[in-house]
Order: sequence, then structure tokens, then C-alpha cells
Amino acid sequence: MRAIHRKLLRDLWQIKGQVFAIAAVIGVGVAMFVAYLSTFDSLSGTQRAYYERYRFGDVFASLKRAPDSLQARLAEIPGVAQVEARVVAEVTLDVEGMTEPVTGRLVSVPERKTAILNDLSMIEGRYIEPGRGNEVVVTEGFALAHGLGPGDSVSAVINGRSRDLEIVGVALSPEFIYTIRPGALMPDDARFGVFWMSRKALANAFDMEGGFNDVVLRLQPGASEAEIIARTDDLLKKYGGLGAMSRDFQISNWYLSSELKQLKGFGTVVPFIFLGVAAFLLNVVLTRIVSVQREQIAALKALGYSNLEVGWHYSLWSLLVAGSGGVVGAMMGRNMGQGMLNMYNGYFRFPFLEYRLAPDVVLGALGISLLAAIVGASQAVRGAVKLPPAEAMRPEPPARYRKTLVERLGTEKWFSQPARMVLRNLERQPLRALASIIGISCSGGLLVIGLFFLDSIEVLLDVQFNIAQRQDITLTFVEPRSSGALFEVSRLPGVVSAEPARSVPVRLRAGHLSRQTAVTGLVNDPRLQRVVSSDYQPVELPPEGVLMTRKLAEILGLQQGSVLTVEVLEGARPVKEAVVADLVDEFMGTAVYMDMDALHRWMREGSNLSGAYLQVDSYHADALYAHLKSLPSVAGVALKSAAIDAFNNQMDEMMGVFIFFNILFASIITIGVVYNAARISLSERSRELASLRVLGFTRGEISSILLGELALITLVAIPLGLMVGYGFAALMVTAFDTELYRFPLVVSSRTFGVSALVVALAATFSGLVVRRRLDHLDLVEVLKTRE
Amino acid sequence: MIEVEAARQGTVAEGAVFIARGITKIYDMGEVQVHALRGVDLELDGGELTVLLGPSGSGKSTLLNILGGLDVPTAGQVFYRGGELTAADEKGLTRYRRHHVGFVFQFYNLIPSLTARENVALVTEISPDPLSPEEALDLVGLGDRMDHFPAQLSGGQQQRVAIARAVAKQPDVLLCDEPTGALDIETGVLVLEAIERVNREMGTTTAVITHNAAIAEMADRVVYLADGRIARVVNNDSKKDPRELRW
Repeated sequence: MRAIHRKLLRDLWQIKGQVFAIAAVIGVGVAMFVAYLSTFDSLSGTQRAYYERYRFGDVFASLKRAPDSLQARLAEIPGVAQVEARVVAEVTLDVEGMTEPVTGRLVSVPERKTAILNDLSMIEGRYIEPGRGNEVVVTEGFALAHGLGPGDSVSAVINGRSRDLEIVGVALSPEFIYTIRPGALMPDDARFGVFWMSRKALANAFDMEGGFNDVVLRLQPGASEAEIIARTDDLLKKYGGLGAMSRDFQISNWYLSSELKQLKGFGTVVPFIFLGVAAFLLNVVLTRIVSVQREQIAALKALGYSNLEVGWHYSLWSLLVAGSGGVVGAMMGRNMGQGMLNMYNGYFRFPFLEYRLAPDVVLGALGISLLAAIVGASQAVRGAVKLPPAEAMRPEPPARYRKTLVERLGTEKWFSQPARMVLRNLERQPLRALASIIGISCSGGLLVIGLFFLDSIEVLLDVQFNIAQRQDITLTFVEPRSSGALFEVSRLPGVVSAEPARSVPVRLRAGHLSRQTAVTGLVNDPRLQRVVSSDYQPVELPPEGVLMTRKLAEILGLQQGSVLTVEVLEGARPVKEAVVADLVDEFMGTAVYMDMDALHRWMREGSNLSGAYLQVDSYHADALYAHLKSLPSVAGVALKSAAIDAFNNQMDEMMGVFIFFNILFASIITIGVVYNAARISLSERSRELASLRVLGFTRGEISSILLGELALITLVAIPLGLMVGYGFAALMVTAFDTELYRFPLVVSSRTFGVSALVVALAATFSGLVVRRRLDHLDLVEVLKTRE
Repeated sequence: MIEVEAARQGTVAEGAVFIARGITKIYDMGEVQVHALRGVDLELDGGELTVLLGPSGSGKSTLLNILGGLDVPTAGQVFYRGGELTAADEKGLTRYRRHHVGFVFQFYNLIPSLTARENVALVTEISPDPLSPEEALDLVGLGDRMDHFPAQLSGGQQQRVAIARAVAKQPDVLLCDEPTGALDIETGVLVLEAIERVNREMGTTTAVITHNAAIAEMADRVVYLADGRIARVVNNDSKKDPRELRW
């Protein structure tokens, strides 16, 4: 090895603590980059392959009932490659070991396995056999949640009759990668499952012989989706079509795609916070090294080393640190990515999901570490290159100090000499102090975003389940029913109070923009299901017009007072004009509300209801569940407690990991910044501090000069970091502001407190490490050396 | 000692390695301008050992730095073996230092993270026809200290490593800036012996800067500098062996 490279390695070894701290910050940034983007790659690659191999549909439509003959006409629409007409129904299930009712979605499949759209991939057991109407294939999630497999059976209430469904196989479908019940906050495999059943048997059970109520289309490449959707809607209109939609709005695909978008977004933004801090640290440390090695640089140049060689020598310093951080980070990122993918595998279900670390992600990771190295090193390297050798022979002139602004304002007498040293040193290098402050603030900010989700979710759950949805159970009927149904329901055991629920599927149009959703009618002064304003107070329903989720208004380009067209997709399918009376901030979906009576008038119906909200005496809950399981009119039962449990389970699992890593990573940044700042101050000022010791200052006193500066920086950085954190949180909330769900921007004082504490602890830890060095400062040695 | 005319302007001495004409160096220190050299004319002959003697601030380090291609004059010309140094660009100067010049500094400027051998190797690795680091260190009497780091060596030993480092490339000229400035007399003499030996055995043109008049006695020629000018030049007919020097 060349002598100059030996010098490099030994120099690095001498400040290994700092080198390690910087490499760690780079490593974390690169690890996140690799983890996020490789997970994105693996998931999106799998998604693409899965959709392709199992023929995931392009357009989805539900309807009331159409004759089979319509299938041929759908197939004639130019651009349609394949049509899959199906019967789909929701039923209440009675599963062994569960007192509460479970919702099952039955989806028809041909009796003989053919290459259908949204095809099944069998995980276990076999496909159904012709002529055996009770045989079903079940989703893997449901089977796992209940320990079910081929040979087991579940009981379903189908059209008023209890019927045993025999499970013969377990399967996955690209239609249910994310198996969530519409309207639910989180998937709940124990309470919602999909069953594939023979078309013939299902049609029989639901009076659908010779007809279908659901259709999936696959388009030819290059076909116009918008046009095909419009023509499909035209054809289905007569048959109670609920509006065809692109796969973009197919719920499973929507969640998956939205998650993928976020992964990519995080992967391209978050790592740069770390790399920015790392570049700053590299800059500070390398600048200091060049300054300390002034005379060595002079000697090298005098000995005949060219500027290029000297510049390369110090660049290599930076490249080695960044490179090793990058390589270790990439390896860490690989493990993190595999871990993330495993976590995703728990709630996105694919028949195959292989972790894939694409070469371009690895190259990208190395590229960004290189970038950090170059950005971080450039100033110092330029300094080393430009250093005139003759000048470098002489020691650096003493640094220029002056009285600080604070002192010049006449407050001088208030400060002790050591305090003045601290202040003047900070003011002499304001940029460096500022950069340290920004670095530490970033770590504070990271902590806040790590922790604020807990606050946000707490508020979300509180608003959703204590203020807005105060019912314990939401029932959905198979068909809208007359007002008598409410009386019936309210007499069920355990029901304390009941409110009618009426919602109709609609298509909203505003100019050329449109969306499919549902309009929910609300009774006057509701006590159970309420709409909540942005200050979390129940909103009074206007007698005229509609209330609309702010997100939906945004999508449709509407404001308060705007008029929109509402095409009802049920019954006589009236088309109405409505005014947006007010906007509300809701966390889930894109709901529209209106007065129940006004909705009835639109529908030209009596006090019909499509479901009911129930408040239940928990003591009688089991009896109520038993009843509900047997009621033929009930299609779905949603329990609040189950929703909260599912939400919390999911969040606990994910948030625990997320918060752990956030605290770890933020601490790495703080330690990296504070430790480096302290070591550099120590290196710059050890002579000065040793002189003070000789003058009789105690170790404590000189530590307070050195560490006082850092304490001051940290104290300034903490509140700034909390503000930065609030800003990050706001960005995060914006990033998560999707049509599917949104998070409230709430940061509790607990979050602020914990974040401040972690930063302070990390800073103190770094300070103590340096303090130990200070205690071992060899006075004689330090004073002897020539700076 | 015989005093000679200081200036022999306009003529080029036979065998002159360096010819400097009217060298001026002004340092711009912001508020003040410092005139380090005020029109210096000088020639150094091949194989000669010249001592540049003067008090601190007389401009001798500046002159040495300019001769060594570490610095460029504000005005004036320097020729090295007929080539004009003052016309060379940064690359040319680097090449010149790399192939022709050996430097010895007052504070040794060894790389603290490299051993004696490695400090010498630093130079031998970039030179076309070097001695081996071992040979160079033997030449200065440090054959048994090769694997010591600078911190493990005395000041005199460090300076001898620096000399070994300077001569390892077999330079045409050896420029020493106060080589004994930081040393006591005994170690100083050892260092001077090493310089004298290189000059004698390898025929290297050598210039030694010092403010110590005693050292002048080992020179072939003594150039007295004061206030940025050459005060006088003295040819020394009775060179002393460094061991005979006392200060």
C-alpha cells in the first residue's frame, strides 16, 4: 500500500469515533433509501406480475340484476377483451368460536376451472367440483384467522336459510390482495372473508338464475378506458348499474397502489434528510482536518505531490467514510427491506412475493452516498487544493474574534469570561453553529414525526368512535326496507336504541369531474351516527343541500355554495341538483350527507332504511349476535369494538417498529452532530482549554466552556426541532391525505416532551463522551504541540 | 573568507543552477503590504553548499520558497538550469518540485501518522529514480529507527528523517529552511552532518537558511540577507566540518 494511503487510513483510525458517527448517519439514510425503494420494487413488481398472470380486471361494475344475454353485448364494446359476469352477495356467517356475526362475501366462479378474470391461485386443497353447490374456496386470510382448511365448514344465512358451506380449498385472488370490507378502517380477517362458490349454486340461492349482478372487464391494450366505462354504464343503466369504475378505484388495488406511492415518496424524501446532515458533518470534520493538517499539506506539496493528488487524498477520505456507510447501509437496508416486505405480506396477500433488490436501487444508494461525500468534501478539498504551500508552512494566524452582538449591546458586565468565550466562539462561526442547530433540529423533527402518529391515531379513533359513530353496531340490509324494519330491529334483545340508516349509491358530477360514492341520509339531531366538524363538534345538518367531505369537494373542484349534479344509482335513478351547504373534515373515505327526509323525497319513498345504527347493552350482546346471525334481511354487521381492535392491532404492530427505528435513527443524527461538534471544538481549542487549566480553572469549568457551547446549540435546536417536527408532521399528513383516508394534524405535548428529552439525552451522552476526553487532556503535551 | 562583489548582474556564471534576477515579493495582508523581498539577484552554483544568513524577517524563507517552486515572486525572474521557473504554471512547478527539489523544514513537517520509512516512501513512490527508503535512512544514520513514528523520535531524529525524505528522490537541489532552528547544538550538529554528507557524497546543490551565524562556517558560500535585500555574499575558503561548529 502506498504511504499516502496508509496516512489516510491511520488518520481515519485516529478519529474513528467521528468517522463512525458520520458513517452511521449515511448508513441510516442509505438503509432507508434501499429499504423503501426495494420494498416498493418488490411489491410493485409482484403486483404487476400477479395482475398479469391472474388476469386482474381493468373495469369493475356492480348492478342489480342483468340477464346473461347482456354479457355478449358488453363483450361487443370495442376495446373489451374479456367479460366476466358474476353473482356477488354479502351474507352473515356463523363461525365456530365466534359469538359475533361475521360478514362473508360470496363471489361466483364457474363450476369448472377456466381462465377467468381475477383468477384464483390455490394455496391449499382444490377447486370446487361441479354439482356440489355447497363447496366453497375461501381466502387465505380468513382461513388463517380461524384455523380453517379443506374439510371444515362455516354456516351462512343465505336468503333466509341457514346453509353449511364446505371449504374445499384456500386461495388468493388479485381482487382481494388487501381484503378490507368497504367502509372499514382496517382489514379484519377474522370478521370479513371472501368465499368463491359455484355460479350455479349462488345464482340459485339469490334468485339470479340466468342473470348476474357484477361484472369485470379486461380491456385490450390501448383501449380507451373512459369510453368503455361510459358505454358499460349505458348498457347497465336499465339493470340498476351502480356505475362502472376503473381498477384505480377497486378497493384492494386502491389501497395497494396508495401504499406503493407512499413507499416511493418516503424512499425518495426521507433519506435525504440523513444525507444532508451527513454532508454537513463531513464538511465540518474534513474542513477541520485540512486545517489541522495544514503543514502536512504544505509538506506534501513541497515534496512534489500535485494539487490533484492532494485534493484526491482528502476526497478519498470523504469517499471512504461515505462509501463504507453506504455499503453497510445498503446491507442494512436489504435486511430492513426484507423485514418490511414480511410485514406487508401480513396484510397484502400475494401468492408469491419475493424480495428483490434491483441493481439500480443499489447503484442509486451508492450514488447518493457518493453525492453526500462530494457535497460534504467539496469545500474542504477546495481549501486543501488552494492552500499555497509557502503560506501553509506558517502556522495559521490566530482566529479573529470580536465582541458579540449581545455584549456590544452593553450587557457585557453580565457575562463571565468563560461565558464570553462561549458566545464569541458561536458568533465567530455562525454558519457552523447554525448548521449544527439545523442538524439537531432535524433529529428532533424525526422524533416528532415518529411519535405524532400515535397522537393522530388517538384523536382519529376518539373522533371516529366517540363523537361521530357512537353506535356499537352498524347493520346493513340486503335490500332497503320499509320503516317497520327499524321497529323490528329496536326490539331485538340488547338493543338500547336504534337509528335508521339510509344511504344510496350515487355518481356526483361537477363539470367534467365525477366520482362514485354514496349519499347518507341522517335523521334530525342524531344521537348515534353524527357528522363532525373540524373542531370535532357534531355538525347540525342543513335542511337543504348536502354536507360533503372536504377531500371530495377538492377532487370535484367544489366549494361551499357550489352546485353539483347527483345521479342516484338506485331505484328510479333520479338526477338532482344539490348545493354544497357545508364541508366537513372526515378521516375516512369521501362521504356525502343530507337530511334523511330530503333524501326520502329524492327517492320518492317512505321512511325506508338500508340499515340501522344500534346502541347495545353489552350484557345482552351475545343474544343479539345470535339473533343477527339468523336474520335473512341482514347482509352485514359491523361492530365498533371489533373495528377498534383491528385498528389497534395493526397499529401496535407497525407503530412499535416504526417508532423504535425513528428513535434510533434520530438519536444517531443527534449523536453524530453533537459528538462531532464537540470533538472539533476540542481539537480547535484544546490549547486554549489546557492554558485555562494551567491558570487554575477546574476540569468542570473548562468543560462548561466547551460543552456550554454545545448545550446552548442544543437548547436552541430543541424548540426549533419541535417546530420542524410539526412541519414534518404537517407534510406527513399531506402525504397521507388521500381519497381513502386522512390523518388529523395533532401533536401532543407528550410527543413534544419525549422528542425534546430524547434529543437532550443523546446530546448529553455525546457531551459526556467528550468530557471524558477533556478530563484526560494532557496539559503538557497539548501546550507543547504547535498548532 | 574573501568578500566578493555582491552583484554580478548581466552575466551567467558557468554551472549556475539557479539564477534569480530582481526578485520582489510583496505580501498583501489586507490593510498593510509587507515587502519580503526587494529586488534580489542571486546565483547558486552546482554542487555548492550555500548558507543564506539573516535575521528573522530578512526574507530568506521567502527566497527559499521561491527557489523551491513553493511560491512565486511578485516581480523578477528565476531560472533553474536555464529554464524559467517564474514562467512555469502550477503543474510545471509541481513537476519541478517532484523531480528536482528536496525540502527540509524547520519543524520537520513529517506526516505524524506515518513511520520514518513510510515518510520517506511518500517521496520515493512518486519519484522516477529514488533511493530506497532504507538507503536514504541509512544515509542519515537512522537505519535502526525506520519503523518509528515521528512522535517516537527526538527532534534531531525527526529532522534527519526529513532529510532522508528530501534526498531519497536524489534531488538536484536540497533546500533547508532553518533545519536546526528547533534543535539543541548536539542534535543540530548531527543534522548538519547529514546535510553536509548528502552535499558531499551526492553532489547535491544545497542551500541552507539560518539565522545562526556559526552554521555559515560549513558553507562554500554565505549570502547575507537583511530587510529583503542581499547585503553581501562571502565565499568561504576554509569550510569547517559541522562537528567543529559551536554556538
